[in-house]
Amino acid sequence: MFANHKYIAFETIVIKEVRRFARIWLQTLVPPAITIGLYFVIFGNLVGRRIGEMGGFQYMEFIVPGLIMMSVIQNSYSNVVSSFFSHKFQHSIEELLVSPVPNYIILSGFIVGGMARGLAVGTIVTIMSLFFADLSIQNLSITIAVVLLTSIVFALAGFINALFANSFDDISIIPTFVLTPLIYLGGVFYSVELLPPFWKFISALNPIFYMVNTFRYGILGSSDVDITWAFFILGVFIVILYSACIILLRKGTGLRN
Amino acid sequence: MTIAISIKNLAKTYANGFEALKGISLEVEQGDFFALLGPNGAGKSTTIGVISTLVNKTSGSVEVFGKNVDTHVFETKLDFGIVPQEVNFSQFEKVQDIVMTQAGYYGLPRRIARERCEKYLRKLGLWEKRGERSRNLSGGMKRRLMIARALVHEPRLLILDEPTAGVDIELRRSMWKFLTEINNNGTTIILTTHYLEEAEHLCRNIAIIDEGEIVENTNMRKLLAELDSQTYILETSAPVPKGFVFSLQNSSHSIVDENCIEVTVSGGLSINDVFAKLSDSGIKIDSMRNKTNRLEQLFLSKLEGN
Repeated sequence: MFANHKYIAFETIVIKEVRRFARIWLQTLVPPAITIGLYFVIFGNLVGRRIGEMGGFQYMEFIVPGLIMMSVIQNSYSNVVSSFFSHKFQHSIEELLVSPVPNYIILSGFIVGGMARGLAVGTIVTIMSLFFADLSIQNLSITIAVVLLTSIVFALAGFINALFANSFDDISIIPTFVLTPLIYLGGVFYSVELLPPFWKFISALNPIFYMVNTFRYGILGSSDVDITWAFFILGVFIVILYSACIILLRKGTGLRN
Repeated sequence: MTIAISIKNLAKTYANGFEALKGISLEVEQGDFFALLGPNGAGKSTTIGVISTLVNKTSGSVEVFGKNVDTHVFETKLDFGIVPQEVNFSQFEKVQDIVMTQAGYYGLPRRIARERCEKYLRKLGLWEKRGERSRNLSGGMKRRLMIARALVHEPRLLILDEPTAGVDIELRRSMWKFLTEINNNGTTIILTTHYLEEAEHLCRNIAIIDEGEIVENTNMRKLLAELDSQTYILETSAPVPKGFVFSLQNSSHSIVDENCIEVTVSGGLSINDVFAKLSDSGIKIDSMRNKTNRLEQLFLSKLEGN
């Protein structure tokens, strides 16, 4: 397969993925916007006024980056896991498997599809946040880099979940029992400086903690973590997850008999 | 003659220990219309699954137009199209999008993809349905859509797994006509089917597979020539006279009703001998048909033999 053929195949997968989540926008784009909007109203506005400052910022300002990141993480993950599993469930994944599309193009297409949804919801949430807080981005390149890398990490994780999933229950277990607790304990709503040393150490083991804080650094210019270390962790996760996806695709795990 | 597909000692044992293929070997020549017959669970779909790479083989090799499917993944995949037994496209997508997406997977530029999409949707009578969601199509239309999708990259080899299962007679006939046309235009076709009449009507060569083994692999004419006896139903133009006796060596008969005789011939006796004898008795024949499908008789005898 020549490079231009590969590009057409890649573009086809991405267009198909974007068209899928755009077609069902009431299920994919609106619910996360409403949920995060409620967070802004309840935690940011009503509760936040009583909390006052967090990490040197108004509580609303403090949680906005975390909530944007939360929406990017959840939607990048859920787009890939639900779309890929749905292809498996309907057997339409066979269209791709019998075609000459290389595994890395299949993976890249789904990852970019997941990123597109994560970034679309992230953009909606960012626009909504402007009604609640005055946001001025302190470091645009770090903000963009961390949001892109984070969406890649969770799109890859969603892909692995979809490969192993045999039922619709299997695609909701990880988001419910792993992803949500990690996000909530990842410093979205509080500064890690408030925690006792033991819980501070536990937080340091949570990769989402680094992603949220790096994104917060990009927007507010302040963070609980070392930015270089955070980018290193993101890079390591991408390499490990990408390699795992390629190995699983090559073996045909969850796809071929 | 170029070999379109060559299967050598292909074996597949599933994780539960079921031995679906026990080292089968098979060759199909370029331009052939080839039937792969076998009862349910014989190994037909597993064979197609291995060719299409949806099933990992245990051992053996598959070559498509001289290239190994394991080592020349991309070249071999460009050379064949698969029409599976079960519907395997998204039920939520539109007909045209399904075909266009498949064209994209094969790297076809959009302009060519659009032309091919229209060409095959028109040929298969689906062009008017191009904007319809695929779940709204009838069973026959879904099968035709899978054929259009498999042809969009214009493969040299088309493999169809039970393409006419559950399709009404009229539609089946139109699909036969279409498949014959593309075969005449040079596409090699491998067909698995439960309709033995279909295989007899369309295919030049045949393999019968049973319990993971090839029990017969031959030319269709040679196979049919193996039949010891055939039974014909003859419709007469006038009522058969009472007390009519049909006496001809290597034949037997029975009167079904006053305008119908059933004649069984064997031992090299020709149907012309039967007609001549009936004519001598003053009986004219209006029409004639085989009582049972000839291939069906052979198919069952091969399976019993196995």
